[in-house]
Amino acid sequence: MRGRVEEIADRWVRLQVQQAALSGGTSESELREEADTLVAALVTGLDSALPIDRVATSHAELNRAVTDLSLNRARGGESPTATAMAVLALKEALLEAVQESTQDSGELFSAALLINRLLDGAGALSFDTYVEGREEIIRRQSRQLLELSTPVVRLWRQVLGVPLIGTLDTARTQVVMENLLQAIQDQEATVAIIDITGVPTVDTAVAQHLMQTVNAVRLMGADCIISGIRPPIAQTIAQLGIDLSTIMTRATLSDALSEAIKLTAGPLPTPDAPASR
Amino acid sequence: MTQLANTSTTSHAARTDTDAAAEPGTTRVVLTTEEDLLTVRHAVRAATLAVGFGIVDQTRVVTAASELARNAYIHGGGGVLTIDCPRRHGGKGLRLTIRDEGPGIPDVDAALVDGFTTGAGLGHGLGGARRLMDEFEVRTVPGGGTTVVATRWVPR
Amino acid sequence: MSGPASTGVPILRLGDVLITGLLNELDDKAALAFTHELTERISADRVRGVLIDISRLEIIDSFVARTLMELAMMARLLGARVIVAGMRPPVAITLVELGIELVGVETALNAEQGMAALGWRQSPQPPEGAHRDSTR
Repeated sequence: MRGRVEEIADRWVRLQVQQAALSGGTSESELREEADTLVAALVTGLDSALPIDRVATSHAELNRAVTDLSLNRARGGESPTATAMAVLALKEALLEAVQESTQDSGELFSAALLINRLLDGAGALSFDTYVEGREEIIRRQSRQLLELSTPVVRLWRQVLGVPLIGTLDTARTQVVMENLLQAIQDQEATVAIIDITGVPTVDTAVAQHLMQTVNAVRLMGADCIISGIRPPIAQTIAQLGIDLSTIMTRATLSDALSEAIKLTAGPLPTPDAPASR
Repeated sequence: MTQLANTSTTSHAARTDTDAAAEPGTTRVVLTTEEDLLTVRHAVRAATLAVGFGIVDQTRVVTAASELARNAYIHGGGGVLTIDCPRRHGGKGLRLTIRDEGPGIPDVDAALVDGFTTGAGLGHGLGGARRLMDEFEVRTVPGGGTTVVATRWVPR
Repeated sequence: MSGPASTGVPILRLGDVLITGLLNELDDKAALAFTHELTERISADRVRGVLIDISRLEIIDSFVARTLMELAMMARLLGARVIVAGMRPPVAITLVELGIELVGVETALNAEQGMAALGWRQSPQPPEGAHRDSTR
């Protein structure tokens, strides 16, 4: 079989191209490249001392080849069936090659058994990786959504606003905090307004996070105003026992903005003002 | 997630004898002087970078390590920090294990409450470090030292 | 105008304001020595304001937080106002999660705004050298 690597890869690509006529997807040159890498890895995998059913998972090179193939299919939007069929097609290609190389039925049988076990391992790995690849895409998309749903906008000179709309959870509040603090530093903003008019309710964990955000903004040396607190949210905050008197709040975003402009316009209040000037 | 294991001391004794950097990817820092606190920060920072944490998580983990190392230095008379990178469902994390041979913590629950202090700090050491990490476990034996194991996972 | 500093941390005087900064590599002993030195300077130079730039600090743990609070408190007792400027965003996040509020410590976004809060105003032209005053 060692001498027939090229041939097996060829046959595999052909079989896949036939299938692709049904599903469409990866180009032939890509298939060819994949096939060369994977079949070569398969040969070195068989040479290793690993037990045959674990070669696909434990042999580093082969594992990587199978993983790459499956991830590429997952990212390319290939269906799970097509991905599984691709791996099964390799089995067929291998079996054909074995059939041509020996006439001895005993030898043929044991070779078929070996190929089966080897490819079953590869198939399972491929499936796992495929699912993992799709999950990764979902995670990335939800991260992007998170970024989109938490914009930090400049409302005025040195005034930033974060209009929050929809349900707040801990992860989103965390992203708000990180984005806001970074924007404060980058734009040298002195007031940040967090508008939660569009937030129906918050749980205690999120209320706590909002308060932490206010505190973090202050540590950076800027002021933070929360606007648009709805009655249920006010209740949650009160139940937390947080002293709202230390936090600047305004009924609406426009009230908050005019307050912010006042804060940035005048000279900073210095009670023990300079005597030296 | 605080666990108390007041019973078994054998596992601790075994751990201290483990040779330095036995496993690949494991770093060990011995804390005997105050300068070692800086070494701890450097080592943990490097590890957080290697694991792939973002800047905020890096800061959280390094700060937690600093708190725990200072605790071990002040209350435990020094100790050993082991840094390793556990894996879980394909996710990566960073685990800090800090072991000292000090007098132990008589009341761990009290020590985890903010404001509890017997030394030069704010009393936020243990409780604060716990909030900065995802998993946190304190094993202490009165008179037999304290081991804190704290892990943070890379968000996926 | 910086005096010879035993901790190696420069403390500059600009009129009646002391300007200094904390570095990452400051260990506990050095932090205590620095506190001591700074309070001595506040008293000796009779300044009314202190600006501490912390933009180089990559972490603030409870020990450093306590150092800053003590500094602010002691300075206030000596009649000076302390402004801590330039805290990095990850540091601020970690500090609030740690459960620490820098009680009694005033903060500013950067050294420039800190100086403004202490009564210094930026001159219309870029300042040349160390001008004592630059009232608009």
